[in-house]
Amino acid sequence: MSEYRRREQSITLAPFDEQLEDGSGGHDGDTTAELLTLNFGPHHPATHGVLRLLVTLQGEVVRDIKPIIGYVHTGIEKTAEDKSYWKVIPVIERMDYLSYYFNAMAFCGAVETLVEVEVPKRAQYLRVIHLELNRIMSHLVWLGTSALDLGAMSMFWYCFRERETILDLFEMSSGQRMHTRYFQVGGVIEDIPPGFAEKLRGFLEEMPGRVDQYGAILSANEIVLQRLRGTCPLDADTLLSLGVTGPLLRAAGNPWDLRKADPYSSYEDFDFKIPVGTVGDNYDRFAVRLAEIYESVKIVEQALEGLPEGPYITEDRKVALPPRHELATSMEALIHHFKLVTEGFRVPPGELYFPIESPRGELGCFVRSDGSSKPARVHMRDPSFVNLQAFSHMAKGAYIADLIATLAMLDPILGGIDR
Amino acid sequence: MPDATGLELIAQELRAADGAPEGATSHSPILETRFFRGRGTLVVEPERIRAVLAHLRERGYSFMSSLHGVDHYPHEPRLGVVYELLDMARVDRITVKVLLGSDAPVLESVTPDTPEGAGWPTADHQEREVYDMFGVVFRGHPDLRRILMPEDYEGHPQRRDFPIGGEPVIFTYNERQAMGDAG
Repeated sequence: MSEYRRREQSITLAPFDEQLEDGSGGHDGDTTAELLTLNFGPHHPATHGVLRLLVTLQGEVVRDIKPIIGYVHTGIEKTAEDKSYWKVIPVIERMDYLSYYFNAMAFCGAVETLVEVEVPKRAQYLRVIHLELNRIMSHLVWLGTSALDLGAMSMFWYCFRERETILDLFEMSSGQRMHTRYFQVGGVIEDIPPGFAEKLRGFLEEMPGRVDQYGAILSANEIVLQRLRGTCPLDADTLLSLGVTGPLLRAAGNPWDLRKADPYSSYEDFDFKIPVGTVGDNYDRFAVRLAEIYESVKIVEQALEGLPEGPYITEDRKVALPPRHELATSMEALIHHFKLVTEGFRVPPGELYFPIESPRGELGCFVRSDGSSKPARVHMRDPSFVNLQAFSHMAKGAYIADLIATLAMLDPILGGIDR
Repeated sequence: MPDATGLELIAQELRAADGAPEGATSHSPILETRFFRGRGTLVVEPERIRAVLAHLRERGYSFMSSLHGVDHYPHEPRLGVVYELLDMARVDRITVKVLLGSDAPVLESVTPDTPEGAGWPTADHQEREVYDMFGVVFRGHPDLRRILMPEDYEGHPQRRDFPIGGEPVIFTYNERQAMGDAG
C-alpha cells in the first residue's frame, strides 16, 4: 500500500468509549456490541455528490460520522485570482452548481460595493426575478433527489418537469440553461427578451398548484412521514453555534433570513413571508423548503409586475461594456470597450465580505483588491460547507436509514463544499 | 454596521476591558481600526484573539458567519485570518482580523471550549481550510488536518506565491510515478 493510500485511511474516529456512551436514543446500551466502521461513498447516489463518510455503527445505530471532503476540489478561488474581475463571474458560478445566480450575485455585490457603482433599479428587479427562479429550481432538485432517497421515484420526474420550464426561461434571458453569466458587475448583461414575461407569467400561474400536488403526494404519505417526522432534530442554539443558516435554521424556529433582515438588491420592496418550523426535525426541514417555493413565486410575481423602466446595467462605462451600436459611432465607446475587454476595470484597494441568502443559507463572498484589475483574493463562505458540520450532530444516535434521510434534508451541494 | 464612531467606541471598550496579559507584545489588543465602504474592521493582536472574540460575543456579536484566510504578499506581516461576526438581534456586522508573519504562523484556535470561555464550533472546518490553504497552524484545534487538498499535499496553494498549474494530473497509469512512491 502506498504512503498516500495509508494516510488516506488514517482518519481518527472518536475514542471507543465515547462512541458507545454517546446518544443513547432508546437503545438497550449493550456495550459488548461490536462497532463497525463503514465507508460510505465517495461514489454513492445518496450522498448527493462526491461526499465520503466514515460511519461507525453499532448494529444499525450511528455512533460517529466523519465527513471527508475535497474530492471535487477544483481550486476555483485560486483560479479567480488569475482573472480580471468580470472574467471571474463564470468560474464563481460553477462553485455551487445549483445556485449559480446566487454565486454571481454575491461576487458582483462585493465588487460593486468595492467600486461603489450604483445598480439601476430595473437591474435589481431583474436580478430578484432570476434569483428567486433559481431558488425554486434549486429547491425542486432538492425535493426530487431527496424523495428519491426516501424511495419515492415519481417525484423526481415531476420536479424535473418544472425545473425544465425554469431552465427554458433562463435560456430565453441569457442563452444558457445553467451557469448563465447573466449577472454582471453593475447590472445584468441584457434586458429580458420579448415573450419572456408571458412565459414567466404562465409558469407563475402553474407553479403554486404544482407545489400543492407535491405536498399532497408526500406530506400524506405514511412512509415519508415515518422517515421524516421526529428524526434527527437539532435545536436552534446548537445550529447557530455551528454556523448553520438558511432553511435548516428556520426549520428549528429561528426566522433568520437575510432577505428580510438585511435586504440587498431591493428585497425590501417585496411582500413575502418567512416559513419557519417548530422542532427542527427532518419533517420541518422538508416543510420549510416546500413552503419557501410559494413565497419565491410571490416575490417573482411582484418583481415582474413592478418591473421599473430604465437601464438594465449601469451607465458607468468604466465598469460596464458600452452598447453595441455605440461602437460604430463613438471613439470613446470603442476605447472603453477595448480597455474593458483587454485589461478589465481596476478596483480600488480594500477588502470586504458581502453576504446574501442562498437556497442553503448565508452565502458570503470575500473579495480583496490590491488595486489591480485582478482580485487578490476571492473566498466564498459556502453554506453547504459550514452546514455539513452539523451533520454528525444531527445523525448521532439515529438509525442508518435516518442518516440517509438527514443527509437528503441537509441539502449539501458538493461543488459548493469543495469549491 | 457600526459607524466609524461606533467602531472606535468598541475598540476603546476592548482596550479598557483588556489589561496586558503576559506574553503580549503591546498593551492594546486592538492594533488598528479600519472603516471602509460602511464596514468596520478591528485588527487584533494575535495572542488576544480569543479574548477579543469573547468580549464581542458578550456585546451581542454572537454568530460567527465566516472565518477565512487572506494573503497580503508581498507585504509583511503577510497572512491574515478574518473573522466575520454578526449580531442577529441588531443585524450588525463587524470584522475582526489577525495578521501573521509567513514563517511558521501559529494562532490560537477558536474552535474548542477552554476554561477561559466557550469556543466557536463553526470554526472547525473553516480553520482546517485556512490551515490547508495558507499554512496557519491553529494551536489547540481538535483535529487539524488538511480538508480540501490530499493529506500528503506539499505546500499551501492559496498563498499568493504558490504557482498556478505545474503539477502532474494523476491518472491510474501514472499514480505511483506522480506520487514518487514505489510501494
